[in-house]
This record gives sequence, structure tokens and C-alpha cells, in this order.
Amino acid sequence: MADALLELTNVDVHYGAIHALRGVSVRVGEGEIVTLIGANGAGKTTTLRAVSGMLKPSAGQIRYGGQEIGGLKPHKLVARGLCHAPEGRGIFPNLTILENLKLGAFLRRDSAEIAKDLEHGFTLFPRLRERAGQMAGTLSGGEQQMLAIARALMARPRLLLLDEPSLGLAPQVVETIFKIIQEINKAGVTILLVEQNAHLALGIANHGYVLETGSVVQTGTGAELLKSPEIRKAYLGE
Amino acid sequence: MDGVSLGAIYALIALGYTMVYGVLQLINFAHGDVFMLGSMIGWYASARWTGESQHPSILGAVAVTLLSMVLCGCVGFVIERLAYRPLRGAPKINSLITAIGVSFFLEYGGQYAFGPNPRAFGVLPHRPPLHLFGITIGYVDVVTIVISVLLMVVLQRIVFHSRIGTAMRAVSWNPSVAALMGINIDFIISFTFVLGSVLAAVAGILYASKYPSVHPLMGLMPGLKAFVAAVLGGIGNVPGAMLGGLLLGLAEQLVSGYTSSSWRDAVAFGILILILLIKPSGLLGKGTAEKV
Ligand SMILES: Nc1ncnc2c1ncn2[C@@H]1O[C@H](COP(=O)(O)OP(=O)(O)OP(=O)(O)O)[C@@H](O)[C@H]1O
Ligand SMILES: [Mg+2]
Repeated sequence: MADALLELTNVDVHYGAIHALRGVSVRVGEGEIVTLIGANGAGKTTTLRAVSGMLKPSAGQIRYGGQEIGGLKPHKLVARGLCHAPEGRGIFPNLTILENLKLGAFLRRDSAEIAKDLEHGFTLFPRLRERAGQMAGTLSGGEQQMLAIARALMARPRLLLLDEPSLGLAPQVVETIFKIIQEINKAGVTILLVEQNAHLALGIANHGYVLETGSVVQTGTGAELLKSPEIRKAYLGE
Repeated sequence: MDGVSLGAIYALIALGYTMVYGVLQLINFAHGDVFMLGSMIGWYASARWTGESQHPSILGAVAVTLLSMVLCGCVGFVIERLAYRPLRGAPKINSLITAIGVSFFLEYGGQYAFGPNPRAFGVLPHRPPLHLFGITIGYVDVVTIVISVLLMVVLQRIVFHSRIGTAMRAVSWNPSVAALMGINIDFIISFTFVLGSVLAAVAGILYASKYPSVHPLMGLMPGLKAFVAAVLGGIGNVPGAMLGGLLLGLAEQLVSGYTSSSWRDAVAFGILILILLIKPSGLLGKGTAEKV
């Protein structure tokens, strides 16, 4: 088993009085793809927010690269290579597409390498190149999703948190996105993936965790979970 | 031309309102008082430092202005740090009340320290009016317009063509997502307050050169009018604040040219009511449509 890059131990998160995560433990090995699946409102997004510093856990530990990070501000974690592509795209519609992409590399100073990554993003999603100078708000929903992914890559993350990257995309594009996720992973990026599309997600994941009302109810390798009767019934519609 | 230079001053103040609103959705009611402090510091510096509260040399004027910019920048920084940051997560109304409190503090603190009587102060050396293209322009108006235009060009470069400006615009759209890009939100907010306060300081110096009378409540009216200008252009919108300031200055001058000048103030607030009724998002304001 690979060394843990990210390890959540008995993490609790509250939104005011709402107890959204109850003792969640998740382990992500260096170089792995790990996926979180679960119904709407199960706490997947909340888990990612706790890891990236958007939320402060009320109990438990979050360790990243061997150090406790619970409660650190997001921009400090970005500096350490922890990058979160949030739910609902989170692009900046009031900025141009190019500005959005450059913001992805906000903390980087290696302009030659940034230019290379920009070129790579444009190769993955040619539509973005055609419209680089336009406001990102003029893109269609699916194009905005592509922009969000291309922007996340601009950070050259060590750990990438992806929240429903396939949301609202046409089936062929979803496949492309999953191929890209695997490519990024092969290039050395560890990935924690939240997906509604359990079939595809478990198909590419080393490990999966099933969340239900704020707790982990099942875990295993991607292949094991794909075969599990409960999972097939609850999330794969069989 | 009188209206243009007045409008340029309104625009400089309005930029501070609009930028702070952009990143915090907060109307910083103390901003008019930072403008007042700009004039006040100018008065003190000229009186004590150059030994002359009226018309020092050009070099003295520049030095006085720079000092006022630096000090007002610090004041803006401190106001945000002490008054607004602790309330960041609290309901908006708390910050709004605090803003009014800070404004009162500066106004009455100013009266205590300075005394309520106006003092004469004009930082620009006296020069005869200029004759350009068949119109006569006061020397102060020329300087005001030139400096304001320069500052606005610089600001436009910062906001739309620099790394920190891009970060400001990202924060104004969505601070929590901006933080995920590695942007330090607290730093951007401080920077925005400092930038706005520095512009207000220049506006304070220019205003006091145009209407040479400095007192602790002088920020009230120009502050409110600049706020109207910001709303007119579309609050949160940088080019909008420039346009709004200019239009308001011109409108006021037209009115005081044709009728008695006591109607001037009524015009500003008439415009505010009209814009709120007809197009609350302002002339250049963005609609808030989001694609789903
Ligand atoms: N900002 C918030 N304030 C209060 N409660 C919240 C907030 N965000 C989420 N919750 C609650 O926390 C629980 C977990 O929400 P979360 O967004 O993590 O679910 P999710 O698994 O990502 O769901 P989905 O698949 O719909 O995205 C839900 O009950 C939700 O109502
Ligand atoms: Mg979610």
C-alpha cells in the first residue's frame, strides 16, 4: 500500500447546528485515485471542503503529507499543492477565460512552465482556446465545466480534489473527462474524486468510500465495490 | 469645466466605495471621512511643515499630497482591520452599523482634535486661469482633471491588467472560490481599502484646493454624493464609478448654472432616487444572471 498522502481520522463537521459529518475516516495513498460516492446530501462536498480548509472540522484529524492541516486557510494549502475544484464549476464569469486559467496558476512563478500548461489545457479543450479572450460567463454550462478542470490543472497540484467533474456534461465529454483524470493521475497527481456517476468513478478508482448521512458505511477497492450487491442496488440502479 | 473637475473628484471618492463594495458587499460609510482626513492631513502638513497653509511651492504641494496619501492608506488599513474584519462572518447589518459608527468617530474625533471652525487651505500655488480652445478653465480645475485622469488610468491598469487586480475581481465574484486559487482574501481586502483610501486622500487635497475650507464635517456631503455617483454607475463597477462621478459633477453644475445653487444637493439625491427606481443596478451595473 502506498504511503498516505491524505488521511482523515474521525472527522466531524458542523454547519451551525447541522451535524454534516460524523466520524469520517478516509485514507488516500500517494499516487492513487480514491472516490467518494453517496446520495445527495450524504456529505461528500462537505468532506472535500474540510480537506481544502473551506470548513474547520469540529473534531478529528486531517493529515496531509504527514502534517496536521485541519483549520489551515485554503490559500496556505494551495501553496502546498492541495488543489480543490469545487462543486458547481466555480469559475469566474466576470473574468475572461484566459484570466480564469491564469488564476489557476496564481501562486506559481515559473512563467515558462505556466505557458506550457496553458498550451496543454488548450489542447485538451480546443473550445477554450477559440474563446480565450471572452468572459467566462458566456460559455455554456458544459464548457464552463471544462474550464474548471483545465484551471485546476494549471495549479500543478500534488493532491487534486474534484467535486462532480462530470456534472451536466454530454456522455462523450464525460468519457473524455475521465480519460483526462486518469492521465493526470498517471502523471503523478493524487486524486480524491466525488462523483454521482458511481460506475465510472469506481471503474477508475483504487479505493472507494460510500457515505451515507455523514458517515462512511462501506469501503473497499473500486473493483470490490463495483461487485457489491448493496452498491449495485443503491448507486448503479440495479 | 467646473463640473468636470468636481465630477473627477466625486469619481475618485466613488472608486473607493465601489471597490470596497465589490470585495465585501459593504458600504463603507466612513469613506467620506477618510476623504476629510486627506484634506486635514494636508492642512496640518502645509501649516506645520512648509510653514504655509496656503499655496506652498509645487514641490511642497507634491510632498504634502504624498504624505496625505500614505497616512490615509494607513487609516484605511486600520479601519478595515479593527472595525470590519472582526465582523466578516456576521450579518451585513452589523458591518453597516459599524461603518456608521466609524464615520461618527472620525467626524467627532476630528472636531475634538481640530475644533469645529473651518480653516482656509489651498495646497496648489495660485495661477491665473488658462484659455484653451476658446474656453476659460481655472488652474485648479486643470490640475484636478489631469491628476484624476492619470490616477484613473493607473487604477484601470491595476484592476484590469495586473495579477492583484485579477485577484480583486475574483474575490468580488466569489471569495471562497478565490481562496481555492491560492489568493489570500485578507490581503486583497486590505489592499482594496488602502487603494480606495489613497484615492480619497488625493480627492481631499484637490477638493480643498478648489473649495479652500477644511473642517471635520467636510466629508459628509462629498462622501454622500460620491456614494450616489457609485450607485449611479453601478455599485461594484470600477468604470461605472468614474462615469457616475463625472455625470453627477456635470449635472450639479448645470443645475447651479441655471437655477439657484441651493438646488445642487437636491439634484444628487434626486438622481439617487431615480436610479433606484429605474435601474437599481446602475448605468454599467451587471445583471446577476448565472448560467446553470
Ligand atoms: N452551507 C451549508 N449550511 C448548512 N447546511 C449545509 C450546508 N452545506 C451543506 N449542508 C448540509 O450538509 C449535508 C451534507 O451536504 P453536502 O453538500 O456535503 O452533500 P453532498 O454529498 O455533496 O450532496 P450532493 O450529491 O447533493 O452534492 C446536507 O444535509 C446539507 O443539507
Ligand atoms: Mg456535493
